[in-house]
Amino acid sequence: MHRFLGHYYLSDMQNIFSLKTICLLFVFVTTFSFAKETKAEAGENDIKTEIKEYIDHHLLDSYDFSLFSYTKDNGEHVYVGFPLPVILWDDGLKVFSSSKLKHGETVAEVGGNYYKSYHGKIYKTDAEGTITYDEAHHPTNVKPLDFSITKNVFTILIVGLLMFLMFGSMAKSYKNGALPKGMGRFLEPIVLYIRDDIAIPNIGKKHYKRYMSFLLTIFFFIWIVNLLGLTPLGVNVTNNIAVTLALALLTFLITNFTANKSYWGHIFWMPGVPKLMRIVLAPIELLGIFIKPFSLLIRLYANITAGHIVLMSIIGMMFIFKNWIGSSLSFGLAFALSLLELLVAALQAYIFTMLSALYFGQAVEEHDDH
Amino acid sequence: MEKLINEFSIGLFFWMLVLFVALVFLLRKFAWKPILDAVETRESGIENALKAAENAKLEMQNLQADNERLLQEARAEREAMLKDARELKAKMIADAEEDAQAKANKMIEQAQAAIEGEKKAAMAELKNHVATLSLEIAEKVVRDELSSKDKQMELVESMLVDAKLN
Repeated sequence: MHRFLGHYYLSDMQNIFSLKTICLLFVFVTTFSFAKETKAEAGENDIKTEIKEYIDHHLLDSYDFSLFSYTKDNGEHVYVGFPLPVILWDDGLKVFSSSKLKHGETVAEVGGNYYKSYHGKIYKTDAEGTITYDEAHHPTNVKPLDFSITKNVFTILIVGLLMFLMFGSMAKSYKNGALPKGMGRFLEPIVLYIRDDIAIPNIGKKHYKRYMSFLLTIFFFIWIVNLLGLTPLGVNVTNNIAVTLALALLTFLITNFTANKSYWGHIFWMPGVPKLMRIVLAPIELLGIFIKPFSLLIRLYANITAGHIVLMSIIGMMFIFKNWIGSSLSFGLAFALSLLELLVAALQAYIFTMLSALYFGQAVEEHDDH
Repeated sequence: MEKLINEFSIGLFFWMLVLFVALVFLLRKFAWKPILDAVETRESGIENALKAAENAKLEMQNLQADNERLLQEARAEREAMLKDARELKAKMIADAEEDAQAKANKMIEQAQAAIEGEKKAAMAELKNHVATLSLEIAEKVVRDELSSKDKQMELVESMLVDAKLN
């Protein structure tokens, strides 16, 4: 599956990936050159594993909104943040606060059932919280259906609310005159850009209005969520495959439910080619229907995840070097990369919107010739 | 791939789908529709205003062309009038000159005739005068000459001499 995805997302993403590769190479080179000095230091391995765990943890969803955590001298972990509701479907709806889970340290007892969170997932356990593993070290405990308001869901809610307030107030400002006021001054050119340079050229003047709501919402949603991912809040919505899958699924559904006869005709019975070729082309075209949105979801997921991993690795590097050259170098690199990530945040939103518009355009295109 | 499937969270997928669809519909009603409608109204307003300005410009140009034409005509008319007036003036002057010449000639002729008459009269008078004067002189001379015997004799003799000579 990865192989044919390769050319889909590498082709237009090559530049950004190669930039990231260069950054990574640079990091490796500096790591090796400083390795001699730091190897002797005690506890260095601890820091490395701690950083790795921290990055892994950062990339996962969590049941509470923790801003940061630290370890007390007596080894106790202190989390600063607030708990969120956990909603499980396990022979009936179970709702409880995530503070009961205590970051996987204790077992939560709800209505006679015991639950424990392990690596960002909730498992059903016994009263002692024992988790059994299979050969590949995967827990074999039962996973109840989990509809919790996790950190990501909470962020999505906040972003939705934020967008509603932003664009609602922008819409209201038009009532007093032809020109927007306040935030609308900044947002209007972007809205117009999406209409004039993404929707109309790709979909056409006749049909573009049907898709504008989706295109505008998806652009601003991905952009804001990506930008939030760069803040120290530590939220990262778009590096969850579930989120990008949901977005791509919507593009897929809208494309295929609004498609006209000509679109289906081009998939199952390609006009203008010999009969035999039509039979060969049909399964390929049919596969294309699924590959197109699939490339969308992988592209967004991979770019944001890669960005987060590289950025956090370089930030972690500062603590490994513990000398002023290496740490300041890492700091400079992290700063430069953050700027790049700012660009990527907008670029990924643009690409997702652009390609969605392209697919919609193909679905409603009217072919007169052939 | 396995890691991706492991990480996949049905709950997050469900919430994302529900919240995003709700967001699209909410924003469509409360934001996108009013925003895009307002922008469209504004754009069509601007377009109409531009068209109106273009029309006004064209009208203005037409008006200016008209004005130019009228001005041209007026100028030509004035030119023609001036030309006529000039011609008339020249003609009048020429006529007047001719008239004056003729009158002058006539006057000169009359004057010459009058002068001629006067001259003749003066000549006639002069002749009379001279004749009278010469008669008087001759009378006086003769009277004087014939006042004594001697002188008479002498005259007779001289006349005789003349007569003889003849």
